[in-house]
Amino acid sequence: MPFDFQPSDEQRMLVETTRAFIEKELYPLERQIDKLGHVPPEIGKELKEKAKAVGLYAANMPEEVGGGGLDVMSQMLFERELGKVNWALQKFVGRPSYILMACKGEQIEKYLLPTVRGDKSEVFALTEPGAGSDAMSITTRAEQDGDDYILNGGKHFITGVGEPDFAIVFTVTGMDETKRGPRKRITAFLVDRGTPGFTIRRGPRCVSYRAYDNWELFFDNVRLNKRQILGEEGKGFAVASEWLLGGRVFIAANCCGKAERAMELALDWAATRKQFGQTIGKFQGVSFKLADMKTEIAAADALTAYVCWKLQNGTMTDGDAGMAKLFATEMLGRVTDQAIQIFGGMGLMEELPLEMMWRDARVERIWEGTSEIQRHIISREMLRAKEQ
Amino acid sequence: MKVLVAVKRVIDANVKVRVKADGTGVETQNVKMSMNPFCEIATEEAVRLKEAGKATEIVAVSLGNAQCAETIRTALAMGADRGIHVQTDVELQPLAVAKLLKAVVDKEQPGLVILGKQAIDDDANQTGQMLSALLGWPQATYASKLVINDNGTANVTREVDGGLETVEVKTPFVMTTDLRLNEPRYASLPNIMKAKKKPIDALTPEQLGVDPAPRLKTLKVTEPPKRQAGIKVGSVAELVDKLKNEAKVI
Repeated sequence: MPFDFQPSDEQRMLVETTRAFIEKELYPLERQIDKLGHVPPEIGKELKEKAKAVGLYAANMPEEVGGGGLDVMSQMLFERELGKVNWALQKFVGRPSYILMACKGEQIEKYLLPTVRGDKSEVFALTEPGAGSDAMSITTRAEQDGDDYILNGGKHFITGVGEPDFAIVFTVTGMDETKRGPRKRITAFLVDRGTPGFTIRRGPRCVSYRAYDNWELFFDNVRLNKRQILGEEGKGFAVASEWLLGGRVFIAANCCGKAERAMELALDWAATRKQFGQTIGKFQGVSFKLADMKTEIAAADALTAYVCWKLQNGTMTDGDAGMAKLFATEMLGRVTDQAIQIFGGMGLMEELPLEMMWRDARVERIWEGTSEIQRHIISREMLRAKEQ
Repeated sequence: MKVLVAVKRVIDANVKVRVKADGTGVETQNVKMSMNPFCEIATEEAVRLKEAGKATEIVAVSLGNAQCAETIRTALAMGADRGIHVQTDVELQPLAVAKLLKAVVDKEQPGLVILGKQAIDDDANQTGQMLSALLGWPQATYASKLVINDNGTANVTREVDGGLETVEVKTPFVMTTDLRLNEPRYASLPNIMKAKKKPIDALTPEQLGVDPAPRLKTLKVTEPPKRQAGIKVGSVAELVDKLKNEAKVI
């Protein structure tokens, strides 16, 4: 792909449609659902239908499975617009987990296609109370029993909208002996809601994205057939890293959109709010903050675009995605914080979306790999290149 | 019936327009441009006619510089079938636009031409009327409702002070759209992708035999005067006194 910062006509129109959709359909609901702590199912259903009607639903999935078939650069622009509204709402403009592309045989009809159509919703269940950044320390286990597996354990912080129809559950199915010592065999299963022994419970209230559901999943002797394995037995992380490459860089794009919205609010305020007989934007203490915001957003945008371009060309590394995620999420923290500073007391009031955006921004530095984990990934890649 | 829709590229409605320092016009460099909102309404109406089986083909026309093709592409993504781009870098005034559109109409022979009642840049509100005169076709302006009848006529309603006025026109005719005719859709992703494959024909004013040179000369463009601060009055008597003797309105 040539090096070009000019969006195509299609990309420009995609951005316009997405922007119109969030401004018309999603912004008006933001405050209400944040207070409520969840999105009422009837509202969720309506949003899903509206997203389908404009063809934005499952726009990230390939056309051959019924998705919108967006390329990486278009997805970046799409995510950047969606980022302007909170996750609880933008999630209804469905982007099914790309890992479902690993579905084979009857799994395609049962899980992949209905999810792309919006008839089913999935959650990605990896994190456990004892396994956060250290994903290898998961203890949810599936023990083989003939053609079946018996699943025991639990997951938490499993985000999704509404109660999921099925979960993509990462489990331990055995141990391998390797040169570096014993290593867990990780296997991903597709587990239907309603399977005996599988319980779904609402998780604790979260300060970020209050209306974005986080679920706790419990497995008590849940019997699964080997046909429910996503990918291959023992290859759970391989299937995840094969299909989930883009996750982190799209988080970065999402954060660039959020930061831009916060900056626009602060800019309008700085240009109109008067104190000491002049608009506060005339004070250097305020104007320099605006300059820093714009510069940081532009830098995050450029880095994200660069990494997306590498992803599109098949040359993105984990460190690249880590850099984009690290910089954009930390930038968002600074921008929302400074935007509130420009507003002063008003910035903290529920009249404005800023306090919500500031709260919401906090989780971005934690989920999908904390900033510290990103730094670890980036530096490990640097040092490995120097290994003798 | 073929429907021709004229779409104009203008400064986006949300942009604060700035007058150029030399007073010759407004800044258009590095400014977000969009389809004129009334032209969006015109396109939407044409698409609805097609969806209702009343229109067979929608042709979107834009006149102006190379970037006008973007505006045509937007119309195609909303549902127009093909585009015509009359390319020129000359400043186009309403009469030139009407003449160029007439030439396109002569070529295309549509049963209906829909235009916005005005463009939000110069607010001229002239093109539709001029086009109708040049063509010798009926005009139905400020449409808030359109009904196409089966007998070669259409009923077009407009909002007037204190009510609605409906006229019956014979096809072919020229219609201009008002705000409440419809609510334009945003282009869906599948239609955006389809628009890529729809053709846009490029023409020039010379090919259409029209001289688009401006007939009017803009002397100066200035910002509206800044609003002066008001005053506070101490009593009703003082207010009445000021209204009588200073403002001289009572």
